[in-house]
Amino acid sequence: MSAVLEQTQWVPFKQVLNSEGRVVDPDLMPSLSQDQVRELMKRMVTLRVLDQRAVRSTRQGRLGFYAPVAGQEASMIGSEYATRKEDFILPGYRDIPQCLYHGWPLEQWMLWSRGHQQGMEIPPEVNFLVPQIIIGAQYVQTSGMALAFKLRGEKRVAITYTGDGGTSQGDFYEGINFAGAFHLPAVFLVQNNQFAISVPVNLQTAAETLAQKAIAAGIPGIQVDGNDVLAVYAVTKQAVDRARNGDGPTLIETLTFRFGPHTMSGDDPTRYRSKELVNEWEQKDPLVRLRKFLTIQGLWSDEEEEQVMETVKAEFTEAMKKADSAPKMTVSSLIDSMFEQLPQALQRQRAEFARQEA
Amino acid sequence: MTQRTMIQAITNALDLELERDPDVLVFGEDVGKNGGVFRATDGLQDKHGQKRVFDTPLAESGILGLANGLALQGFRPVAEIQFFGFVFEAMDQLIGQAARMRYRSHGRFHVPLVVRSPFGGGVKTPEMHSDSLEGLFAQSPGLRVVIPSNPYDAKGLLISAIRNNDPVLFLEHMKLYRSMRMEVPDNAYTVTLDQAKVVREGKDMTVIAYGAMVYTALQAADEMAKTKGVQAEVIDLRSLSPIDTDTLVASIKKTHRAMVVQEAQRSAGVAAEVIAQINEHAIYYLEGPVLRITPPDTVYPFAMIEEEWIPDTARVVHGLEQTLSL
Ligand SMILES: Cc1ncc(C[n+]2csc(CCOP(=O)(O)OP(=O)(O)O)c2C)c(N)n1
Repeated sequence: MSAVLEQTQWVPFKQVLNSEGRVVDPDLMPSLSQDQVRELMKRMVTLRVLDQRAVRSTRQGRLGFYAPVAGQEASMIGSEYATRKEDFILPGYRDIPQCLYHGWPLEQWMLWSRGHQQGMEIPPEVNFLVPQIIIGAQYVQTSGMALAFKLRGEKRVAITYTGDGGTSQGDFYEGINFAGAFHLPAVFLVQNNQFAISVPVNLQTAAETLAQKAIAAGIPGIQVDGNDVLAVYAVTKQAVDRARNGDGPTLIETLTFRFGPHTMSGDDPTRYRSKELVNEWEQKDPLVRLRKFLTIQGLWSDEEEEQVMETVKAEFTEAMKKADSAPKMTVSSLIDSMFEQLPQALQRQRAEFARQEA
Repeated sequence: MTQRTMIQAITNALDLELERDPDVLVFGEDVGKNGGVFRATDGLQDKHGQKRVFDTPLAESGILGLANGLALQGFRPVAEIQFFGFVFEAMDQLIGQAARMRYRSHGRFHVPLVVRSPFGGGVKTPEMHSDSLEGLFAQSPGLRVVIPSNPYDAKGLLISAIRNNDPVLFLEHMKLYRSMRMEVPDNAYTVTLDQAKVVREGKDMTVIAYGAMVYTALQAADEMAKTKGVQAEVIDLRSLSPIDTDTLVASIKKTHRAMVVQEAQRSAGVAAEVIAQINEHAIYYLEGPVLRITPPDTVYPFAMIEEEWIPDTARVVHGLEQTLSL
């Protein structure tokens, strides 16, 4: 798969930093302050630790569903950082970090992971949808959201995520095609982490890149080094700005890799990935790359990294405590959330459960 | 008051709601300039503009996905699926997404969506245009399923559906689109959702039907009155999910016998659910078993045999006689 890291004939491929942390494309270098670049580093370190804690917590039975994110930090952090709070994120099940940085309280994510309804009560001012389980469904909804912004004349952008497997879905094409036809303020992001559970990209499609699928929809497609947080940020920022300025949608493919299993529900990646391939991608670790870039300039130190790690560990523990204190879910409250006005039959069913729960 | 067909009543309802509420949007395949293949949206784009009434690309999941995204941002989309057999393309967006959003977000989001779609037999369509699939949706939590049987109800129920804050599937029987005219008020009015209606009073037995079968049931009831002096009460369900059990039970308390007529294939459908609810709530008032008159468990047939497949008056009369004799 490393061959795709070269310019393809279909769509541009973008990179700012090479794996040594050296700038290879100064033109694409985003205009971020030193503090902002350090912030990106902090977030990626935070995420790496968060991921380790989450993996451990699922093993201990303290979290429920979890899809590991290590390896994909740059794709997730870089793209979310390019959005504004008023922009709306339509995530998949793995895209928890973008939601957290968009305003989802940590303890609510934990409750979501456990399957507690309170986790889904996203605060009213926070703009993302509960992570989608049905692969591709969020792509068609993104067009609707973006059309809503356009009709209301709001300068907001709808941004959505799927994986390489997701690009095989009909909804993927329908979503980008609608956005193209209606010229909508939407950004469609594909995190190509090379595998859909166990199925490699080359079994997913004969297309050389996933970004070129944009061509069929008549919208710009762009491929970016997904382990280069500066490049992901720069490319997403351009797409978000284009969308906000009324210049239409963009499809972005980030080339990345998940280091861990597909989810914590029994996946064993050694069944479908070679050690060599994993090693090859570990050489391109997104954290290492930005750390090198910052260290060369004297903008990052081990002590600082240590501090970030301690902070997130404490936050994680604190959030877990809060999650543990959430009230027990009830079936009657579940029934209440089906309709605004409960139909007669459901009222009867509710009364039965409420009696048992009292 | 104006004499209107059901399709005209539907157009009128859409027109009034577009007028009343700027968040109402009407879209689907060919609904713009063409006014819909049945003219349900005739003239609406000219009057309300292309931002409110518009054509979409030809993709049903895309259409309902678009609707969901719009609804999540506070619009009230009225999306058309050109023929209901095409809904299979959009099952996830309707059942997997729209109907679950309130639950999924614990009330943070809701989807005030109406999906309108023509269905129903007797008009000699190609395959996948006429099937009665309402049972699939009636089983889906979080979704209301409505089938009007006349112009007055069509207008009032559609307006209620548009104003409702949860998703409503609104199915329009093609055979009823232009089969009758009726006095329909010109102003906007609502017919309450979730309620069945007694359309013929009787004391000897209860016949429960919906859609075009309401008329077959009424004809059969008239024949029973003429030939046997039996007075059947006919109930138009109107709401297939939820089912208005109270109205059914009240009738059965009076008549002590009941039968269901359904145009959909036989098993695991609305008739089955109606009978189950009668069983739960009215069994002690019954003097005999509740039968259902339905087509067989096949797909909706090719045109040459549809008249034989759909229950006709003779079959319903036969069912009524059986119900009385058991
Ligand atoms: C419609 C649908 N089909 C199948 C699945 C089961 N499933 C969950 S994740 C997954 C692989 C998705 O791979 P990809 O889109 O590449 O995203 P990744 O998990 O790698 O982030 C599959 C098959 C699903 N959730 N939804």
